[in-house]
Amino acid sequence: MKFWKYLGLRVLTWALTILIGVTFIFFIPRMFPSDPVESMIGQMQARSGQMDPAAKEALRTSLRVQFGLEGSLWTQYTSFLWKGLLHFDFGPSLMSYPTPCGEIIARNLPYTVGLSMITTIVAWCIGNFIGLLAGFRKNKTSSKILEGIAICIYPIPYFILALVLQIVFAYVLGWFPLQATIQYNSGTGVFISTLLKASVLPALSILLLGTGWWIISMKSLSSTTAEEDYVLYARYRGLSEGKIGRSYVFRNSILTQITALAMSLGGVFNGSIMTEIIFGYPGVGTLIQGAIMQSDYNMIMGCITISIVAISTCTLIADLIYPFIDPRIRYS
Amino acid sequence: MKKFWKNASLRLKLGLFITLFFLILGFVVYYFPHTDPFPNNIRMKNLAPSAAHWLGTTSQGQDIFWLLIEAIHNSLTIGFIVAAIGTVVGVLVGLISGFVGGWVDRTLMVITDTFVVIPSLPVLIMMTSLMKGNSTVILLALVLAVFAWAWPSRQIRSMALTMKERDFIHTAWFSGEGTFQTVVTEILPFTLTWSLSNFMNATLAAIASESGLAVLGLSPGNLVSLGNMIQWARNYNAIMMGRWNWILPPILGTIVLFVGLFMLITGYNDYTAMKRGR
Repeated sequence: MKFWKYLGLRVLTWALTILIGVTFIFFIPRMFPSDPVESMIGQMQARSGQMDPAAKEALRTSLRVQFGLEGSLWTQYTSFLWKGLLHFDFGPSLMSYPTPCGEIIARNLPYTVGLSMITTIVAWCIGNFIGLLAGFRKNKTSSKILEGIAICIYPIPYFILALVLQIVFAYVLGWFPLQATIQYNSGTGVFISTLLKASVLPALSILLLGTGWWIISMKSLSSTTAEEDYVLYARYRGLSEGKIGRSYVFRNSILTQITALAMSLGGVFNGSIMTEIIFGYPGVGTLIQGAIMQSDYNMIMGCITISIVAISTCTLIADLIYPFIDPRIRYS
Repeated sequence: MKKFWKNASLRLKLGLFITLFFLILGFVVYYFPHTDPFPNNIRMKNLAPSAAHWLGTTSQGQDIFWLLIEAIHNSLTIGFIVAAIGTVVGVLVGLISGFVGGWVDRTLMVITDTFVVIPSLPVLIMMTSLMKGNSTVILLALVLAVFAWAWPSRQIRSMALTMKERDFIHTAWFSGEGTFQTVVTEILPFTLTWSLSNFMNATLAAIASESGLAVLGLSPGNLVSLGNMIQWARNYNAIMMGRWNWILPPILGTIVLFVGLFMLITGYNDYTAMKRGR
């Protein structure tokens, strides 16, 4: 009974969070003085000369419909909620008209998700392993060195690390292409090998930063766990250090990390955007960059809405699973 | 002070030293008399480092050393403004939420959770791309601050919730102190150490966001910041031409500043934890 009440409340908060987030996203651009339709018409005129007033008026109306700017604010809002949020239909993309935004996002999403999912999970495994060792045996020199390296890498912003990797491996050593070039149409073998080659540097930059974070957090978790009374008791019982490490310290400190993993999987959008842009990797990040460059507001709205839904859903799942993993936590 | 120095870990000392170094560069050296490094074409172009131009000049004839000093000054200023707004608003919202409780708490928390969940970078990209060209430093700082208050307020709320049940708070209640009085005299001192470390964290995050936006070309075009300096060097192909005296100073500066601040934060957290006897 208590579980159902908790579940209901949690799902309600989830829905409310998404609703508020999307509302925020919806109203922000409408509060700014710049009008996307007018700036688009201005751009067109700059490119192809003056238009006659009637044609301009017709263009203006059709653009307003495309941008979802027709009607009162309230009708715009409800139609955005209905079409965008419930059906992921964000209207046609303006940079590759008339393909729907949803379709283009769906085409790019696997690249981003594939790259960041794999790197995040690999970083999680490596980082937690090193972190556990560093926290459990915190007085060894090797632990201190490993933690020192993690501390020096983790705080560096994504794109700076990406730039440094680019300079070292692409300019100086010349091992990888400067910008990712993936050949889509020359057979599966070529596609996979070019994709892998294009993914190495972006993956490495996400991996380095991610691992740094997991080492630091796991180290502090496991070093506090290692001082708990039950660990002391296990020592007095004469258990081997390996057994204590595996069944006492690891199992208790990995719990928090599982939730953290779920949350960071939701947050892949934030980190991968910069990495993708620096390396020209074809994912949602480069899609957002292109959309900004060409003022494709439908596309920007689409990408951000999807990332809000993804992140809050991951947090929801993490919160719901946690009590199953950790019996000490009760639904309340 | 002497005691502090004896108890401080190597990490805290290093972090303090690096941060101080950057503060001196950004807020003392910055005021030494020098010509404005920003304008193009009043100096020789592509100079190598020399006594007159310590780090040489850019392909636009800008003095790299003073450009770097100005960039450190501006980046730190933006970071401090954002962190100050974020921390003050966050602590206020968190305390109100934790202590008043009821529907106020629930409403505030749903809003806070939303801001924790919204991916900040895409939204920042959207907001800054809407004001493309005509944003200013203050405007940029305000936009960054929109995302700086939610996390601290969540933390402060949970601190307030656990503290509400502590004995000394009950003592304060029973001795007739009002809610406001209790919050100010009993709770605030506890949150101060945390706020200080959050302030430094927020500074770091704000500088990182600004540089990220700069790399996308979305930071104000005339703002000399660490991110913009890197972006300009990239734009003018400093890497291709092997002009390391141009591209490396802002990159290395950012890395050292970030590692230093991070060491200061974690070192400070360890230090306060130790002082509490853990």
